[in-house]
Formats: sequence, structure tokens, C-alpha cells
Amino acid sequence: MAIGLYSLLEAAILCLNAVCILHEERFLAKVGWGVDQHKGFGEDPGVKSQLLNLIRSIRTVMRIPLIGVNIATMVLKLLFG
Amino acid sequence: MDVPSEYRAAPTKPSQKRRPKGHKGGQPAPQMAPPQQPYNDFSMHNQQQQNYMQNFGQPDMFFSGYNTGNPGGAPGPEQQFAQQYLNNPMANMAMQYGSSLAGQGKDIVDKNIEKVMSSSKVKYYFAVDTAYVGKKLGLLFFPFTHSDWSIRYNQDEPIAPRYEINAPDLYIPSMAFVTYLLVAGMVLGIQDRFTPEQLGTQASSALGWLIIEMLAFSLSLYVMNLKSGIKYLDIIAYCGYKFVGMTVSLLAGAMSSNTVYYCVLLWFCLALVFFLMRTLRVQIVPQSEVDDGHTIGTKRSLYFILSVSLVQPLLMWWLSSSIMIYRRI
Repeated sequence: MAIGLYSLLEAAILCLNAVCILHEERFLAKVGWGVDQHKGFGEDPGVKSQLLNLIRSIRTVMRIPLIGVNIATMVLKLLFG
Repeated sequence: MDVPSEYRAAPTKPSQKRRPKGHKGGQPAPQMAPPQQPYNDFSMHNQQQQNYMQNFGQPDMFFSGYNTGNPGGAPGPEQQFAQQYLNNPMANMAMQYGSSLAGQGKDIVDKNIEKVMSSSKVKYYFAVDTAYVGKKLGLLFFPFTHSDWSIRYNQDEPIAPRYEINAPDLYIPSMAFVTYLLVAGMVLGIQDRFTPEQLGTQASSALGWLIIEMLAFSLSLYVMNLKSGIKYLDIIAYCGYKFVGMTVSLLAGAMSSNTVYYCVLLWFCLALVFFLMRTLRVQIVPQSEVDDGHTIGTKRSLYFILSVSLVQPLLMWWLSSSIMIYRRI
């Protein structure tokens, strides 16, 4: 499977999009991954809270840039296929 | 930034790629004109560089690249043509502006590169010498007898690999990567399925897998909350060591049969797994403060090291088998 750099970029955009659409209240809290359920200050955070932290930070940081990147990708795909 | 001296003049050497006579306006090549002095000194350039110069439109006093096959030939009528360029003030200004712009661009690029990857840290990874490279390669080939895997260094700066054999370096991985691409091209050529695009495809494929692996590495380090002294450049180094094994196994397989390739690959997989496990066990220190944190930390770091080490053979096999094994149509 030849992974070109362009397909890497596409995969990265898709994965970031996937992480960003996990809504905090509607979905994660129902599953039991809500952030307020785990916000402890233990010394050893544990894998799950690290993961949730990661999801939350990706959401916070990448929401706005992803809008721009998605628009650009859509335009490029429309033009160049 | 001035035009580097080798591009300043290009005497014509008889070569295959010479332009046909009378290419530029059908001017006949002047014979036996008095040779120009600086022209004779640059005797190592061929037509290609003349073409380069011409394509970039750099007017030059000694722009006799128009002539063909006239060693040390004089400009003659072409000099007046070039003189026109030089006397044109607009061309002068454009040239100066272009060169100053290039200088500014270089400064900007340097500054930005400095932000992303500080070159003062990177240079430590390339501070190697032949003895280190030899010993490290030997270690990659046969790590089973090496006993002391610890790295003695001060916490703040990475140690130059010259002084410490266990330190990771970036020289071997980058060289191995390039060699792997060349050997892959050669093997593809032996199998009659080489095109120049393949080189680029293989390069970006290997680079893509390398980036994926590095991201997975960094992500798992963060998620498992393993505090360690591993820097990002170390990660590149550790992920790049497998190219050595892949190159050697490709070479061995190319020279003899597929079975030899598999055996050598297996050997290098085992060696790399062992090497990485011993190296990472020293680098990733489990949290040993709290009692139950100790056990959890050790287990997690063990899982991490195991998964990293076991992914390497997978990637080695995946990347090189697509080159080595193919279905004869």
C-alpha cells in the first residue's frame, strides 16, 4: 500500500475531523467519557483520562483551523478531482 | 548572493547535448577568435550548465554558450548581444533585485526553520565519526553481546554520539534511508519494473510510514503518560534504524534467492527488536515514586516498548517485500 504524502495529509484531515465531531454533551457523556466525570487530580491520570484530555484539546485547538482546511480541501477536490 | 563562479562562464566542451548550430538566429560560429582569458579557466562545465544559464536568462559578458563546440571560443557577435542586455538598466536592476530577494528569502527560511527544528539541537545528532558509525552498525547487526546500554549524559543537552555509543544519532538513519531508496531502485531495475517515478513513490511511501510511526510513537507516549527523556529527534532516529536492516536484506535477496532475503530479514528483525527493547528500557523510566504507580508504570512502559519493538519487523517486512516479492505476470 503506497502511502504518499498526499494521502497521509488526507488521512490526517479525516482523523482530525472525526475527533472534532465527538460532541461533549450529546455523545461522550452518554458513553461515560464526559470530561466532568473524570476530572480528578490524581498523580497518575491513567490512560482513559489522558485520552479524553487529548480529545478535548484536539477539539478546542483544531475546531477553527479545521473549518478553513476543510473549505480549502473541498474547493481543491471540486476543481481537481 | 552573486552568481556562483562556476556558473559565470561555460566553455563549450563537445558533448552529446550540444545545441544545433545556428540555434540562435543562425549566426555562424566564429572560428579562431582570440580566446578570452577567464573563459579558459573554467574547463569543467558542459552544455547543461549553459542551458541552465540560458534558461534563467542571466546575461553575462561571457555568454558564448550560444556557440557550439568552440573551445575557448570568443563571443564575437554574441558579445554585442550580451552587451545589449548588460547595458539595459532595467535588466541590471532586475538582476540586483532578484539577488537581493533571494538573500531575503534565504533569511526568512532560516528563521522559520529555526523555530520548527532548532538546528543547534539537530547538529548534535550528526556529530558522528567513523568509529562510532562502525560500532553502531555492528550493534545493529549483532546486539546480543552488548552489555551496557545506558547513556551517560547531562540532562539538558543531547550528547554527541561521538562520545557515547548508546546515544541515538540521525546520521545512520538518514543515510540508510537514502541507501534503501537507491537499492530499491536497483532491485526494481533488476526485475525490469523500474521507472523513475518509482523512486519518488518508494521515497514518499517510506517517508509516509515513518511519519505515521512517529505519530503513533509520540501519541502513545503521551497517552500512556510515560515520562521519559525521549526527544522527538530521538524518535526519528529509533524509527529510522530499521532501514539499515531493510537495505542489507534487499541487497542479499537481490544477489541470491528470495529465501536468502527472508532469512536475512528475519535476522535483522530479531536484532532490531532486541536492540530497541534494550535501548528503550533504559530511556523510558517508569514512574517509581508511588507504590502502585510503580507497578502500573512498569507494566505500561513494558507494553509500550513491546509494541514499538514489534511494530518494527512488521514495517520492515511490509516495505521491503513489496519490492522484493512480486507476481510475475
